[in-house]
Amino acid sequence: MIPIPTNTTLLREILTAFIRNEVHKTGLKRVVIGLSGGVDSALSGMLAAEALGPKNVLGILMPYKSSNPDSQEHAAQVAQECGIETLLVEITPQIDAYFAKFADADARRRGNKMARERMTILYDHSARWNALVLGTSNKTELLLGYGTLYGDMASAINPLGDLYKTQVWALAEAVGVPPAIVQKEPSADLWVGQTDEGELGFTYREVDKLLYLMVDQRYTRAELIAAGFPERFVDEVALGIMNSQFKRRLPVIAKVSQRTIDRDFRYSRDWGK
Amino acid sequence: MSIRTAIAQINPKLGDLQANLALYEARIRQGIENRAELLLFPELSLTGYFLRDTVPNVALTIHSAEMTALKKLSRDLPFVAGLVEESADHRFFNSAVYFEDGEIRHVHRKVYLPTYGMFDEQRYFARGDRVRAFDSKFGRLALLICEDLWHPSTIYLAALDGALAVICPSSSPLRGVVDDQVQDDNARYWEMINRAYAETYSLFMLYANRCGFEDGVGFWGGSEIVDPFGQRLAKGKYYDEDFIVSELAFEAVRRKRTMSPLLRDEDMDLTINELIRIRERPAAATKVVPKLKSSRVQGFRKPKKR
Repeated sequence: MIPIPTNTTLLREILTAFIRNEVHKTGLKRVVIGLSGGVDSALSGMLAAEALGPKNVLGILMPYKSSNPDSQEHAAQVAQECGIETLLVEITPQIDAYFAKFADADARRRGNKMARERMTILYDHSARWNALVLGTSNKTELLLGYGTLYGDMASAINPLGDLYKTQVWALAEAVGVPPAIVQKEPSADLWVGQTDEGELGFTYREVDKLLYLMVDQRYTRAELIAAGFPERFVDEVALGIMNSQFKRRLPVIAKVSQRTIDRDFRYSRDWGK
Repeated sequence: MSIRTAIAQINPKLGDLQANLALYEARIRQGIENRAELLLFPELSLTGYFLRDTVPNVALTIHSAEMTALKKLSRDLPFVAGLVEESADHRFFNSAVYFEDGEIRHVHRKVYLPTYGMFDEQRYFARGDRVRAFDSKFGRLALLICEDLWHPSTIYLAALDGALAVICPSSSPLRGVVDDQVQDDNARYWEMINRAYAETYSLFMLYANRCGFEDGVGFWGGSEIVDPFGQRLAKGKYYDEDFIVSELAFEAVRRKRTMSPLLRDEDMDLTINELIRIRERPAAATKVVPKLKSSRVQGFRKPKKR
């Protein structure tokens, strides 16, 4: 089986160049990033500090009252490790005020609301500080649709979107993300006891191997099964990718004119830059 | 006889002709300061690469002010520019233009326009229909743009048409990060073919690639000059701007061709005859089709509820 490459030296060089180029060409110098205490935002923040200089990166911690206290501690460790400033914005008051009116909301609605609340804070501070919002979603999450649309999936530029979680771990270790953060069990921390792998029903290491062959190497269903993946697992993941395609696209526009945005009005985002 | 050749590995602004023209002027000055006699710019480096619907807005005709400006600049230093060329009948070409002594001496219109994966060139550009070597004041050269070189027929034609050096302006995106390499896998592949072509056809390979990012897609730089023995005479940095210079001594072509006269021995008639035969009965008409695991048409299935 073809292993997922983890050439951390080269990835680091490319991703820091990416951040520097894509930020500077907009005429800005700075980024803001939501530091959750997890490995993805830790890595993204450290790459940005390396690419832009630590004084040009602001890490924002946005805990809710039920957030794991370790998360805040880990976020602070990351900031200290790479020398960036942090800002603490508790989201408990506005979340609780909102759900006081919708007390029956389940954990998923609450979690999504928190993710979107954090997004609005990041974008507000990006405007205040003339900065771009730096993304933290990895390729595994993006393919599986394991993220909140317009919440944690929202950003201006994302250095991690083409890295599987397995690659994020390897690179995080290489750039010096504290080991406690790299080694802990991944969690969106939207409710107590939530873990990514518990919710997804498989481990990142298992699914990354499958996704790498299915998506990057274009193995067919028959080839994946011949490579040893259980049929049900292959089908579940394939269906998950298909059903979350909407999260990876702009909203659907009804075409009525000759030139419709993104259909036959096609420009690069870096148009003129 | 030698030519002091420079390559400007630049990061152009997407769709901003004026900014890129200024970049050209600065690099031409740098070339003159470095006593270069020939300067090479990357593919579409006057316009940027992922132009999409801006193609008609940045296209130059022979009457464009920018074209006149480029001609003027070549009085001091001959150079190859990468730009969008608009023909009289309003087709747009991804072209490499050789300017020398205030005039356009040669235009190569990219023949192989990649339209797969991340590429969409055939949607926006018309396809060139010729591969020709040309005489510069230094000797006979050929221009082939990026994907053109991935079709070995183009360099085969250029070599048989007498080119002593093949100039390849490129906007080659980095992709495929694999283990145990200092460069991405696409860069590795290019370096392999540049060297193989230089040695196989006993000529200089001048590969001018750009750097920078457009919408997250990075260009890997790594421009290089390879001599007919496969020796790398100059190498640009990966993933960053650079300016490289080297002397091309044409004596090396003579020495190499004396030692291995492969081009002399090339049997063009045989090639032409076999091509005519193959055209009449293409490989696609074969009756033996290997049965693959993936041959069965089989989509992914909706898993049954547990």
